[in-house]
Amino acid sequence: MLEIKDLHATVGGKEILKGINLTINPGEVHAVMGPNGAGKSTLSYVLSGRDGYEVTSGSVLYQGKDLLELDPDERACSGIFLAFQYPVEIPGVATATFLKTAVNAQRKFRGEEELDAMQFLKLVREKSKELDIKDDMLKRPVNVGFSGGEKKRNEVLQMSLLEPSLMVLDETDSGLDIDALKIAADGVNRLRSPERSALVITHYQRLLDYIVPDFVHVLSDGKIVKSGDKTLALELEEKGYADISAA
Amino acid sequence: MVVSKETVEQVASVSEKYKYGFVSEIEAETAPKGLNEDIIRFISAKKDEPEWMLEWRLKAYRYWLEMEEPDWAKVNYPEIDFQDIYYYSAPKQKDKLKSLDEVDPEILEVYNKLGIPLKEQEVLAGVEGAANVAVDAVFDSVSVATTFRERLEKEGVIFCPISEAIQKHPELVKKYLGSVVPYTDNFYSALNCAVFTDGSFVYIPKGVRCPMELSTYFRINAAQTGQFERTLIIADDDSYVSYLEGCTAPMRDENQLHAAVVELVALDNAEIKYSTVQNWYPGDENGKGGIYNFVTKRAACRGVNSKVSWTQVETGSAVTWKYPSCILQGDNSIGEFYSIAITNNFQQADTGTKMIHLGKNTSSTIISKGISAGRAQSTYRGLVRMGRKAENARNHTVCDSLLIGDKCGAHTVPYIENQNRTAKIEHEATTSKVSEEQLFYCQQRGLSEEESMALIVNGFCKEVLQKLPMEFAVEAQKLVGISLEGSVG
Ligand SMILES: Nc1ncnc2c1ncn2[C@@H]1O[C@H](COP(=O)(O)OP(=O)(O)O)[C@@H](O)[C@H]1O
Ligand SMILES: [Mg+2]
Repeated sequence: MLEIKDLHATVGGKEILKGINLTINPGEVHAVMGPNGAGKSTLSYVLSGRDGYEVTSGSVLYQGKDLLELDPDERACSGIFLAFQYPVEIPGVATATFLKTAVNAQRKFRGEEELDAMQFLKLVREKSKELDIKDDMLKRPVNVGFSGGEKKRNEVLQMSLLEPSLMVLDETDSGLDIDALKIAADGVNRLRSPERSALVITHYQRLLDYIVPDFVHVLSDGKIVKSGDKTLALELEEKGYADISAA
Repeated sequence: MVVSKETVEQVASVSEKYKYGFVSEIEAETAPKGLNEDIIRFISAKKDEPEWMLEWRLKAYRYWLEMEEPDWAKVNYPEIDFQDIYYYSAPKQKDKLKSLDEVDPEILEVYNKLGIPLKEQEVLAGVEGAANVAVDAVFDSVSVATTFRERLEKEGVIFCPISEAIQKHPELVKKYLGSVVPYTDNFYSALNCAVFTDGSFVYIPKGVRCPMELSTYFRINAAQTGQFERTLIIADDDSYVSYLEGCTAPMRDENQLHAAVVELVALDNAEIKYSTVQNWYPGDENGKGGIYNFVTKRAACRGVNSKVSWTQVETGSAVTWKYPSCILQGDNSIGEFYSIAITNNFQQADTGTKMIHLGKNTSSTIISKGISAGRAQSTYRGLVRMGRKAENARNHTVCDSLLIGDKCGAHTVPYIENQNRTAKIEHEATTSKVSEEQLFYCQQRGLSEEESMALIVNGFCKEVLQKLPMEFAVEAQKLVGISLEGSVG
């Protein structure tokens, strides 16, 4: 699914990723944990192709293709979805309109018929019900005036509509109370399948009680300093990042 | 329009007396370049106009001679040589193309993006044979136009070319033409009075709600707009009309200067909704070519409780100079101005409105959305004047500018004149940028860079787009995206 080799990347001329190696196979869920400023969000932006995140060396293969060649929208349409740590506000654009535009852009990319208003409405109702999202939220402009929890649920809603192959979740747990966390995690778990992989970025172990990972990696100062199974997350919780990074 | 044989003979006989006679030119249907009284007499004769009309034109012309071209708008353009313009020519036969294959692919692409049906595309592009067929099919034909006309006639609505109104309804024209925009008003309106040749006339009788949007089916007609258009709309007591002007399809036009005048009159309890989509050729990405659009649009809310709404989407022209205004004379009358002005590349737009409150309890709302990209400059210029007798008058102005890139500019110039203590005036202004973050967020969901930009800008314009009649709104939304192409990346 995804094969990252010796990936170096700079932001604003400063090297942030300093040689990342990571392979994710279909169906696997990998968690990336690490202290603030370690480069977790940077990794997610490099994978999704954000402007200003420059790859200086290394390679990324996605479904056997050179990912770094693709524009951000091509990556999205090829199945890479990033749930943002800080979802962005788009004033004046109704959430439903945004979702429909995105779904149809991706359908068009795949050469599929675009959904009409009725078909889309049916789909979005079904998905938003699962995430306890009210119609009212779909009418409001994208993320404008949304609570922290609403923003994150909106990210998960988008993900369940777009059905990506690789889900990258950047601190989807932050700002959520325990009930909201469970709803979001359920949303992600519903999407888990033998073909679909996930990269779950989090600062806290808590999320991983609900989205149970196959592998856990510790990212510190732009490098993966330790990898293990889900017990590593618990160990981290106990000892803190300082110990692990030093080790 | 074909001038009848009589007209030609009549003109020939009149023009023999002309000092600058150009009898031989008459067959050619074109007056020589330049402007003088003979040219005006020629135009008037061509149009078979009554004496009073000619007199009015000549007065306007003599007044215009004394005037100076305004230079206060924040726009720059090379000096216009008014003697180097043709003021009368019969509709030009463009070079006929054999098929759409010969049309500039860039233009075709825009037509496709706008979703314009193939038949209409052919007419717009000037493909041989298409004009007659499609023009017939679209509006002169039995189907649409006849039903349309019959319905209007049944209601007593008059909707015809202004030259026809001058012939058939002289009492209405005499009473109202120039009553809102007198020829003394400004340089371009004086010029327009002297030389206008085209335009529409609308009269809605007392108590009638016009049963359809006027000119919705006129996309193609709008393609043949004249250089000096004159529009006059009168809504009599308790009537309502919604009028649509313009065309989303980009028009290439060899006339560089357009100086139209639009006058609206709303009597007691009448309402006029006037919507414009203007997409004339803005010049190329290097700022070459393009149309200068210097138009005077003004409404008189003459009656009590009358209401006028101007809604405009301005994306075309190289230079735009335009301030649709309302004179709120009647007590409780309402003026509204909703505007989207998009400038890209080297376009310049100086646009806004004037709300002149004269009557009691008059209120006005202004929502202006200016979008600048490339090296474009866009200025909102608005005047709100509360007259001495405008007790409890209200104005609310919201003026938002959106910048794309860092080489463009947006300027807001509000003028406020208040002569009444009870009047309330509120003004809000914001300037924002399309952020990289917003673009990336959209792209991460699968939208291309251009689709992302179009979505974000449409969101910014939403309040105004909502004011447009449905079918216009859909096209306008697409147009917003198209106008900004090349502004990203
Ligand atoms: N646009 C930027 N310009 C310069 N430095 C940046 C930029 N964005 C992030 N950084 C720096 O990159 C480092 C990693 O940031 P980030 O990837 O957001 O970390 P994390 O998500 O792990 O908290 C931090 O030191 C941060 O200050
Ligand atoms: Mg982060």
